Amino acid sequence: MLQFVLRRLAMLVATLVAASFVIYGALYLAPGSPIATLTGGRTPPPEVLLALETRYHLNEPFLVRYWLWLKAAVSGDLGESIPLHEPVATLIGERVGVTASLVLLTSLIILFVGIGLGIIGGLRRGGVDNAVLLSSTISAALPSFAAAVVLQFVVGVKLGWLPVLGTGTGFSDSVKHLILPAIALASTSVALVTRVTRSAVMEEMGKEHVQTALSRGLPYPGLIRRHVLRNAAIPITTVAGLTIASLIALAAIVETAFGLNGLGAYLVQAAMNKDFAVVQGISLVLVAAFVITNVVIDILYAVLDPRVQLGSRAQ
Amino acid sequence: MTAEVLTPVTDLVTTPTRRRGLRGVGVIGYISAGVIAFALVLAIVGPFIRPYDPNLINFSYANVGPIAGHPLGFDGQGRDLLSRLMVGARTCVLGAMFVALLSIFIGTSLAVITAWFGGKTDTSISGVLDVVFAFPGILLAIVAAAVFGPSLLSAGLALAIAYSPYIARVLRGAAIKERAQAYIAAMEVQGFGVWRLCARHLVPNISSLIVAQGTILFGYAMVDLAAISFLGLGVQSPTADWGVMISEGKIGLLQGYPLESFSAVLCIVIVVSAVSFLGERLSERSKQGRS
Repeated sequence: MLQFVLRRLAMLVATLVAASFVIYGALYLAPGSPIATLTGGRTPPPEVLLALETRYHLNEPFLVRYWLWLKAAVSGDLGESIPLHEPVATLIGERVGVTASLVLLTSLIILFVGIGLGIIGGLRRGGVDNAVLLSSTISAALPSFAAAVVLQFVVGVKLGWLPVLGTGTGFSDSVKHLILPAIALASTSVALVTRVTRSAVMEEMGKEHVQTALSRGLPYPGLIRRHVLRNAAIPITTVAGLTIASLIALAAIVETAFGLNGLGAYLVQAAMNKDFAVVQGISLVLVAAFVITNVVIDILYAVLDPRVQLGSRAQ
Repeated sequence: MTAEVLTPVTDLVTTPTRRRGLRGVGVIGYISAGVIAFALVLAIVGPFIRPYDPNLINFSYANVGPIAGHPLGFDGQGRDLLSRLMVGARTCVLGAMFVALLSIFIGTSLAVITAWFGGKTDTSISGVLDVVFAFPGILLAIVAAAVFGPSLLSAGLALAIAYSPYIARVLRGAAIKERAQAYIAAMEVQGFGVWRLCARHLVPNISSLIVAQGTILFGYAMVDLAAISFLGLGVQSPTADWGVMISEGKIGLLQGYPLESFSAVLCIVIVVSAVSFLGERLSERSKQGRS
């Protein structure tokens, strides 16, 4: 087990280094020079040009610049936003909380509502099951940005129950501002988790050992918990983990839709303004979060399912 | 031509699902296929049959509901909504089609190459794919917009690259199985070229899986492309596009005029549901065919 975890961690580091190279390299290829951004398009005097080049290491070869950037990034220094003259790490630090709480709240909704509805649908036949299927079909078809505008109109404008724009101040106000974005972000994933849970529970219920236990009159709640859910947990973990990992990037859409001051919305803004240091910094943070989440899922998966060959790559 | 004798026989064994068209997808499957066909036709002819100029601004009609001659009314800038929806199908549907086809092409090529050569080629390509896996599609599209400027092309290329590893991974297994078939070995011994073997025999024999994956991907691509246009990093205003319309309609929506956003949302939801339903059915069918 320890060896498995270590191997996954080594792969994680390798992937992160390669990904950071891609992020840095892609923005290095971008047309237009950073000097032009700094000087607003004017041609500066040679000594100013030299000073700027030295300050931002623009006169070094690509690989040296990448190495300097990576070394600084590992120690938490992601460079400086050229238009704003502020450290990228500070800009990220101000916004990471919003994104993290949005993803956390959304994950809770996905887990509780998705798994809950799935279990209900899987155990009950007939009307209840059909209602679960119908609601999950509708919410599966609603992409997060579409769910966002529908919620903004119905709950925000028509009913006036919750705020539809902005981040809010103070704890309870901030949470209030996160409810609709979290529901919008959860809509597709909840449906996915519901469906997988439902079919996994149905499949386990049909297994011989469960049927035998049922006919022998084992207490129902314990039977469901220990024999049905324990085995159904494996596919559920896989799909829930994958969808939760994907939220990290999708948060950008909901944050923009609801005017939340989070990492994703800021990344979109930075991409429009060609603020490369910020794009690099946020992309690196999001990719790292995404990859780390995936590794955690892999490890969790191995813990849940002892049959997983620890030596081979989890599929 | 010995090969001509050999292949049909093995084809019977390995691909019972070949050339089945839409058979076995059910009534809703047919309806879905109809919706997709309608969307495709609209995407192609929409700009020619739209009743009004989709970019003609008339502020005195801003957010006016349906009136005679304008069955859906007007958007926030007084442009005819129906015309904008009809024209907007083009970037949304054809753009997603382009993404799906490109990533199918890249993914299938990678899968066949890894399956055919195996060994070091397989390991190194899989390593590269692992890195691409680290980038969610939306994130890659945002980075592409920062590098190349926001446009449908940069968003589409970024999504196609981000999706390809998924296709490659799904198809790799099927391609390896097919590679191990006796007829491939027989034809190799007879000196048939690698290119011809792959293009004419190996790929057609996993085509049902490719089509199913491509259909599912088409749905994802539509959602993601619309999302990127919604963010302002894809199709650029004033071009009519469903994603752009949702984002532009938000101003009216917050003032109580949801028609512009909602009509575009409805278009996306209907087409995406049809695509994902058909995709799921096709992939179920191809799994049944293989087991």
